[in-house]
Amino acid sequence: MKVRIDADLCQGQGRCFSIAPNIFGFDDLGNGVVLGDGELTDETIESARLAQSNCPEHAIFIEE
Amino acid sequence: MTDKPLVQDFASDWDHTDPKWVADPYPIWEDLRKRCPVAHTDRYGGGWFPVTHAGVSAVAKDTEHFTSRTVVIGNGRPGEEDMPAPIGVAPPISSDPPFHAIARRIMLPALSPAAVNALEPQIRALCVELLDKIGDRELINAGSEYSQFISVGVIKQLLGFPPDDEDLFREFVHIVLEGVDHPQEQRIEEFEPIEAYFTKQIEDHQENPRDDLTSYLLNVEIEGQKLAPEHVFGTMVLTLIAGIDTTWSAIASSLWHLSTHPDDLARLVNEPDLMPVAIEEFLRYYAPVTMARLVKEDMQYLGCPMKKDDWILLGFPAANRDPSVFPDAGKFIIDRAENRHLAFGLGIHRCAGSNLARTELRVAVEEFIKRFPRFELSDPGAVTWSIGQVRGARNLPFRILK
Ligand code: HEM
Ligand code: SF4
Repeated sequence: MKVRIDADLCQGQGRCFSIAPNIFGFDDLGNGVVLGDGELTDETIESARLAQSNCPEHAIFIEE
Repeated sequence: MTDKPLVQDFASDWDHTDPKWVADPYPIWEDLRKRCPVAHTDRYGGGWFPVTHAGVSAVAKDTEHFTSRTVVIGNGRPGEEDMPAPIGVAPPISSDPPFHAIARRIMLPALSPAAVNALEPQIRALCVELLDKIGDRELINAGSEYSQFISVGVIKQLLGFPPDDEDLFREFVHIVLEGVDHPQEQRIEEFEPIEAYFTKQIEDHQENPRDDLTSYLLNVEIEGQKLAPEHVFGTMVLTLIAGIDTTWSAIASSLWHLSTHPDDLARLVNEPDLMPVAIEEFLRYYAPVTMARLVKEDMQYLGCPMKKDDWILLGFPAANRDPSVFPDAGKFIIDRAENRHLAFGLGIHRCAGSNLARTELRVAVEEFIKRFPRFELSDPGAVTWSIGQVRGARNLPFRILK
């Protein structure tokens, strides 16, 4: 499973990197970025899903 | 205060300044959501009010059919010449694409999570100082002695204005916030002292650059060009308009909630780790900011015959109470885990100050409950709420419990 942020949809609401700082970070403008390659493990999948369900812009995608 | 007729039916004659709406808008919205998801009014020259999450989201994301030329509802409409789109008076909030992205990009680094993290110790010191000033009394006012001063102090620091100008600055804030619906000519006159003061500050920053937003705006370049002085001025005024009563309201409404919900207060005191989640629920439930748009051209939209220059009241707080998106939408759930609220808007105009606002709200509540772990309203009947597009508790008489 891999997580990705659609940069066209992300408006820097900042929910992902406060909920899951181990998975998401932010750039100079405060937009969300995925740290590393976005590969999720059994330990990180839950918090990635939680971040996804809090992103008001629906900009986070979790894919097989 | 006004001689306007009271609203009888909010579906066909809404008015966000009607006393009933000011006192408690939520039952009105709930009723509308069931029978008329896009309400209409002939007041203010005509306007629409989508009450659902879907309606609010559609308009917020649609910059093709709606303009942000003005985002505060009044009786007149600004002439195209006064505040031409796409720039508008206070970029980026009054700007439309494509200029909007340029103006916004300039501001974002100054308000990014990294920049805001660096401000947190100052914000905390400010809160502690206010609490020290309040001291050890049984009766306090959490509005006029605490909430009110936090965002003013932060914005003054952000802009880098001299500490001695505290009173002057507060006077400007008053003019900017209280005069939003004054006629254009009166407004221009009222702004003269502000313009003079800001010009002086701009000059001083040009001579003595420092690490603050004013210096940043003066030096930043778009494609090799510095910003026009009107742009710098407009953006400075915008931080006053956008950054003060908004955050003040969020802090005050959150404290009001805690004063009336001792269980939630006790939980926050005992479980400090809950704070970030609780902050999002405060923001959802008591979202302070409602924006506006103008319809660009006659059209059929959300099933309604909209006319050019009709207002849209963009009710983010109403969207946040839509039960089709939030289970138990009418209930405050302090540990609500899934919370896609729209308190900071949606789409390209997402609040540029949201990182700062969140930090101010969190620190303000943290320090308050650390100092006063138990409190209640001393006079519930004396609580007041602000009128207009920014809603928040104002007068908050508290009794501190031992
Ligand atoms: C809890 C406090 C706050 C709330 C609820 C809030 C809410 C909002 C909302 C809903 C918008 C969207 C406007 C629209 O769609 O037309 C907005 C825009 C904006 N806010 Fe805030 N705001 C808050 C605090 C602040 C602070 C502290 C600052 C700055 C220091 C700020 C600066 C801005 C700016 C610059 C914009 C315009 C962004 C753009 O148009 O691209 N806000 N705010
Ligand atoms: S929560 Fe969504 S909009 Fe916000 S920074 Fe993360 S991806 Fe972007």
